[in-house]
Amino acid sequence: MKILVCVKQVPDMESKFKVNSEGNWYNDADLAWRMNEYDEYAVEQAVQLKEQVADSDLTVLSIGPDRVKEMMKKALAMGCDRGAHIADDDFFKKDPYEIASVIAEYAKDKEFDLIFTGMQSQDRGSAQVGVLVAEILGLPSITTIVDFAFDDGQITVKRELEGGIKAIIKTMAPALVTCQLGLNTPRYPTLPNIMKAKRKELLSTPIAELLKVEGKQETARLYFPEKKGGGLVLEGDVGDLTDQLIKILKDKTAVLA
Amino acid sequence: MKTLLVAEYRDGELLNSTYELVAFAEQLGADSAMFLVGAESALPQYAGTLYLADSSKYSEFNPAVHKQLLLDVIAKEEPDMVVFAHSSYGWDLAPRISLALKAAHVSEVVEIKDGVPVAPVCNAKLRRDVKAKTDKMVVTLQGGAFGLEDESSGSPTVVQIDTDAAAQIEFCGYEEAEAGGVDLSKAEIIVSAGRGIGKPENLAIIESLAKALGGEYGASRPVVDSEWADHSRQVGTTGQTVSPKLYIACGISGAIQHLAGMKKSEFIVAINTDKDAPIGEVADVLIVADLKEFVPAMTEKIKNL
Repeated sequence: MKILVCVKQVPDMESKFKVNSEGNWYNDADLAWRMNEYDEYAVEQAVQLKEQVADSDLTVLSIGPDRVKEMMKKALAMGCDRGAHIADDDFFKKDPYEIASVIAEYAKDKEFDLIFTGMQSQDRGSAQVGVLVAEILGLPSITTIVDFAFDDGQITVKRELEGGIKAIIKTMAPALVTCQLGLNTPRYPTLPNIMKAKRKELLSTPIAELLKVEGKQETARLYFPEKKGGGLVLEGDVGDLTDQLIKILKDKTAVLA
Repeated sequence: MKTLLVAEYRDGELLNSTYELVAFAEQLGADSAMFLVGAESALPQYAGTLYLADSSKYSEFNPAVHKQLLLDVIAKEEPDMVVFAHSSYGWDLAPRISLALKAAHVSEVVEIKDGVPVAPVCNAKLRRDVKAKTDKMVVTLQGGAFGLEDESSGSPTVVQIDTDAAAQIEFCGYEEAEAGGVDLSKAEIIVSAGRGIGKPENLAIIESLAKALGGEYGASRPVVDSEWADHSRQVGTTGQTVSPKLYIACGISGAIQHLAGMKKSEFIVAINTDKDAPIGEVADVLIVADLKEFVPAMTEKIKNL
């Protein structure tokens, strides 16, 4: 069985962001990078499926500059067999349609039985790429899964809906699923597996070889939202802060009465 | 400007997000028509044309078939913009439509500024204006971003629609949230723990403060996903929606999904080491401190009042 998992590298969301000089994305200097959280669940599920089905081959794909290879090595150490890096320094200017088209172009002749993606990225959060890849390839796709089972070509998943309700969905491979937080517990790569990952195939392809469409939208401007709330910000000694908060709660609420 | 609003229906009921779409069209001053896979028994209050497909025939969740039903309506109505809620139904169906229409597609729109959709970036720490390069546009709207000023009213003119499109998946039913646990919606005071508590043992200090205040403790999604707290404690879109007299968010950065579940609280206090955390947007008071020091100190002071 052939499996593909698509991952994106994103900044740590706790970072202090700055807008870049063009004003159309965040400045990527001085940021800590990590694997998009949703994609970690996708990698874990793909590795579990590979372990379940004999003679499986699992490819991890990522689009971005050279630094994304570090994150791909983590995916290889988690259990992916090979890495397909699509090199692009201008990845942040590509819209979801362009990104999905590149992935579909890569995947079209490779006959993957299952494709896993995160349900969205933590930075742009469009939640489009997975579904678009499946639609371009003509595959069924199921989004936002929190439970996954595979049995002899049949896929049974639970989709997470609002308010804690889940929908049970079945389909047949080949198919694509997008993974929601809580789907599984992503493993930590062990040291031997980290060493082994260094010897695994990790090939880079320039994006120009796979990008055959034009984007349909662009980020015109990126900026910090105006602070709307006139909320009070308190800093300083913890003892003083507790006194201040108690006074505020007495003045503004009835909860301490 | 003409919009087509994609209403939502689940388990025999029309979802309220439908009315946010109506409010959005009104704010734009746009004409609208509505699309729904639902039932005659649960029609929206809406004074316009409603294209209705029967959910007992086409299933409540069936993307390939709903896509074809919707594309047929789009071909007839020729809207400039197709509008979805940014929900499990909307973000699933919208990309299928934008691809088929070759239209720009902007997700989780929070605002339209001079005709340009605005979307959040990086957990709402940043925002971006998105310029469409196509005439037609597909948008999904962030829950709660476009509220209705007045109750929507009127009865729709219903046009029944059908398709013979084939399904790609089989919808086998719903699994309800686990019963039992706490009903946070009844609590007057909630102290909630976020990822910032760092480890499960620290949930105890959150619980102690909640107890000292006579309230309940809640949790954000990462805390529940890590199984540090029960799902019934989860506040947010996939958990409970609460509006207590006092909500204290400890180590919660303020993801949109969490904010949607608690922003109607009467008074909100946030304790966070990050002064720029999005929770500051809804907090009446933001205390910049390490919760592991502040919360136990606060608990002691409350006990001694």
